This record gives sequence, structure tokens and C-alpha cells, in this order.
Amino acid sequence: MTATIPHRTTTARGPGRVRLAADGVRLAYGADVVVDRLDLELTDGSFTAIVGPNGCGKSTLLRALGRLMRPTSGQVVLDGRAITSTPTKDVARVLGMLPQTPVAPEGLTVADLVARGRHPHQSWLRQWSSDDESVVAEALQWTDMAELADRPVDALSGGQRQRAWISMALAQGTDLLLLDEPTTYLDLSHQIDVLELVARLHAERGRTVVVVLHDLNLAARYAHRLVAMKDGVLVAEGTPAEVLTEQLLADVFDLEARVVPDPVTGTPMVVPVRRLNR
Amino acid sequence: MTATQVTPRSGTPEPPQRHPEERPRRVLRAGPLSATYRRRQLTVPVVVLALLVLVSALSIGRGDYPIALTDVLRTMVGLGDPAAEFIVLELRAPRVVVGVLVGIALGLSGALVQTFARNPLASPDVLGVTQGASVGAVAVLALGGGSSAAAGLLGGAGLPLAALVGALATAALVVLLAWRTGIDGYRLVLVGIGISAICTALTDWLLVRADIAEATAAYVWITGSLNARGWDQALPLTLALAVLLPAALVLSRTLGALQFGDDTARSLGIRVTGSQALVLLVAVALAAAAVAAAGPIQFVALVVPQIAVRLTGGSRPPLLASALLGALLVVGADLVARTVLPVALPVGIVTAVLGAPYLIWLLVSRRSRVR
Repeated sequence: MTATIPHRTTTARGPGRVRLAADGVRLAYGADVVVDRLDLELTDGSFTAIVGPNGCGKSTLLRALGRLMRPTSGQVVLDGRAITSTPTKDVARVLGMLPQTPVAPEGLTVADLVARGRHPHQSWLRQWSSDDESVVAEALQWTDMAELADRPVDALSGGQRQRAWISMALAQGTDLLLLDEPTTYLDLSHQIDVLELVARLHAERGRTVVVVLHDLNLAARYAHRLVAMKDGVLVAEGTPAEVLTEQLLADVFDLEARVVPDPVTGTPMVVPVRRLNR
Repeated sequence: MTATQVTPRSGTPEPPQRHPEERPRRVLRAGPLSATYRRRQLTVPVVVLALLVLVSALSIGRGDYPIALTDVLRTMVGLGDPAAEFIVLELRAPRVVVGVLVGIALGLSGALVQTFARNPLASPDVLGVTQGASVGAVAVLALGGGSSAAAGLLGGAGLPLAALVGALATAALVVLLAWRTGIDGYRLVLVGIGISAICTALTDWLLVRADIAEATAAYVWITGSLNARGWDQALPLTLALAVLLPAALVLSRTLGALQFGDDTARSLGIRVTGSQALVLLVAVALAAAAVAAAGPIQFVALVVPQIAVRLTGGSRPPLLASALLGALLVVGADLVARTVLPVALPVGIVTAVLGAPYLIWLLVSRRSRVR
């Protein structure tokens, strides 16, 4: 058993190299424009968190980055190629996406769920290779789900379920991983658990991670880069210390707050004072 | 943990208890071909196939000139005497063969539609296939003129063709009306129910216009029956299945990913809209072919996939087991319709009598689980 989860598969790699970019992207649901002329570049091996108030368009942006939504103008570029003109299966081998609170069919076991992650690597004749087998086994092991492999997903707790989905994303073996609020509905210790897992995917597996998060303190703690959005516009971008300023919190979140160093990690920590009325 | 002890795994440090719902996966490999399966996914089809052979033989044996089960089986493998051979192969087998083929088509179609719609209440009946076929068939009988049409009802090519056209046109209409940048299963079911009601009204109107002989013939057809069905129906159905069965099996892999919902399926590399259209096309064609051959036999496509998924376990109706169970149900119901009851009834009445309580149970049990 020497086969391991491939670390990287494409050639467009190396620090500083742009893997995924939004180029003047305009996103709309019908006549309702949610994101307008937004530019964003995500470099190889980066860990980015997109933050912003409810309805600012961060999940919509993530969907467009993951090819789930077609921009009305501008384009999303994956490894130098317009993502909308790249075949779905090719995208799925490089870019994995975990939607917010995905639903597993009733009765599907964890092992089956994780195995579905191999779909983009399979064909009808070659439904299940020994590579698939070892990748799935390792993904289960790596996410501590091996013991629960034969359980139905709907019988798991919220935290376990999220782990199972991350395990599937790991088995998909993509360089890039987009997660839409992976900590929703989880208690604090399970939020930490999930984010630790994502951080390990980034650190040990070299995955490029983009995550939409609500909790600013956790975003600052785990992500190396923050992107702050408001009303469909990118307001600030940079390291957590550069982005999470008291001024930005007032501008973007209408929040009067102090920003102090996190006593554990030294990353910026937001202590709310009150909501600003404007 | 409420897990009960099933089989402790020896020699591993894993926890000794296994969850009651655990179902281990196995891998099947033959050269470049490989797939995963669970044991019950293989045992269930094998058992159902054995039952199907038995019930088919019983059905062939029953009639004005009864033939013993062993003689039927001997004849089926080519060892019977000439008299039995004539009765079995020429007179009685065609009816059973049509029953088997119709059941396979309906079971498969139901499994495809239910997986696609992510809804156990969905079936080709709900898509309007059966009602549309009825409109087509009754229109030919009632408007086609005279009782000669009714007399040539089962042999003529006009009626099955009209049923086929009615089924395909209605399903196309339902899909078009339910379409919104893609297909939502719930919406599909709702639109399907509406269109089906319109079709039923049309059928009733045609029946009212028709004279009594035509109406009677049409009524038997609407119920779904294997009476007087033979090689004329079996041949086109075989051809349809030769194309559609492999198509359904190829789609099986895509169906597994489509089950998740559009976003997840798309991020797994599925072209969702194209795949959905393909699944629907195969499912509708299967149901339409079955209806054209035997009339709309109700509830088979609805009930069979759900029984199959409960037997095999897993998260979606298994295609092969659904196909075989469909055949078993149709042939079995036909046997009951012909022999157990004092009057020979159309098979569709028996499936409806079995299917309706099942439908009620399905609605009640789902409601209590969700709320």
C-alpha cells in the first residue's frame, strides 16, 4: 500500500502563482446584482477567508469561483483558463467545493460518500481502481472517520457529518478547495475541530483553501489572508492584521469594536463594543 | 451508543461493536472492470431471478389444460414432449415473456425517476406517461371509427403507436413546464400531477363520446392487461430494452452523483442539466414502451424501486434488482389475476389493489419520520 493521496497534480504551481482569479466579475440573480466588477487573485498554497456581513455576496462569489454560477460579465480564471470554457470534469479534478450544509441521500454510508469523491477520476469501465480504494481509505483515516465508515451519514452528529464531507473533498484529490461556511450549526469545539482539519489540509497536504466564514476571530486565526466584502464589493484584502482594523469593522460591519492580539496565537481578535447606528 | 453486537471483528483494535445499520463494501474486479458492491446487492437479484423463473413456470402451467410445474420447467430447457412444448412455447410463454419485459421496463423506469427526482413518490405514472398513453389509445379507439378498430385492437399497430406518442408527448409537456434552468424533483411531481389530471379528464370525455363496445375495449386497455399479448408485443419491447437497459446501466454512475443535489453533483464533475435530461429520456422511453405493449399497469414503477431499496439497503433504488422485481410483480400479479380470483381480471387491477395501500403506507410512514 504505497499509493497516497496525490499532493498536487497540475503544473501551474509554486508560491505566488495565481491558481484561481475573479476578473471583473459581475454576479446577478435575474435583475438583482449581488457582486459587481470584483477582482480577486488566489495564489497557489494560500489559505484565504472571505468575511463580510450577511448578504454581502460572499457565498455568491464562492459559488462563481467554484463554477456553480456563471458571471453575467467578467470571468473566473482557473490555471490561466476561463473556468466556464473548461470541461466540468477537468475542473472537478483540480477544484473541489463543499456547499453550505450539503445533504447526503438517506441511507448513504460514510464510505460511500467519500468514495463518490473519486467520481471525476473514474470512467464507466474503470469504476473502482485500487488507487481509488487506497485514496478513500487514507482520506477516511486522515479525517478520523475510518471507524464510522460503514455508518449512514444521516445517523452522524453535525461535527462528524462535516468531517465526512471534508473527507470526501480530500478523496477528490483537488489542489483547490472551496468551503462555504463549513462551521455553520456546529458548537464551538466542533468549529475548532473542523477548522483544524482544514488547516491541516492546507499545511500538510498543500491544498489551496478558500473558506467563507462568519466568525472573524476564527477567520483571523486560521486563514493567512482575509478578504472583506460589503454590498458585493471587495473592501479590503490582506493579512488578518492588515484587514481587521477597528476602522474596517465600523465601515463593513457597522460595529464599534476593539481589536486586541489573540492571547493564544497573537492574531487579531475582535472584541465588540456595540452596534453603530447609521 | 445503542449499537447492538453483530459480529465482533477479531484481531483489530477497532471498537468491537458495530452499528446495526453498517453495511460493509466489497470490491469486484475483472481485468479493467471494477466496481464496489454490498453482498445483498448481489444476493437479492439472484433470489428474485429464481422466484421469477418459478412464478413464470407456475403461470405457464395454469390454464384450461394444466401442465405440471416440472413439465413446464423441462420444456423450458428443451426436454419436454411435443404437445407440452406447443402449449408452453406457442400459446402461453409469449404472455409471460411480455409480462417479464413490461415489468423490467417499469421497474427500471421507476428506479430512474425516483433517484432523479430524489423523491420516492415520483414515478413515470406521476410524469403523466400512463395518462398520456391512455389518451392516445382511447382516442384511436373512440375516434378511429367503428368497432372494427376495437376488434383489431390488440393486433393492430395503430393503438400501441398512439399510446407511445401520447406517453412521449405528455412527458415532454410535463418536463417543459417544470423546467427552470434545470429540473427540481418536487416541481416535476407537482406539474406531473396537474397534467395527469387533465389527461384523465380527456380520457373520460373520449370514453363518454364512444359507443359502448368501444368504451368497453378501451376500458380494459386503460386498466393494463396481458390478455392476448404475444410475440407481436414482445418483439418491439425486446428491441427497446436492448437499447434502454444498457443506457440505464451506464447512467447508474451519474445517478449516484446526481442524488446529492445540483451543487455537489456539479462540483463532482457532472454536467447536471445534460445528465438530468438523459435520465428522464431513458426513463420515459422505458415506461412508454411498457405502456404501448400492455397498457398502463399502475403502481409497478412506483412500488418496485422502494421495495428493492429496502431489500438491498443503500441510498437509492438498485437498477438491476428493481428491473427483476418489476418483472416478478407483473408476472405474479397476472398469475393472481388469472387464477386465484373467480373471474379473470386484467393484471392492472391486481397491481392497483396491491399498490394503493402501499402508497398510503409510504405517505404515512414518511410523514411520521420527518415530523
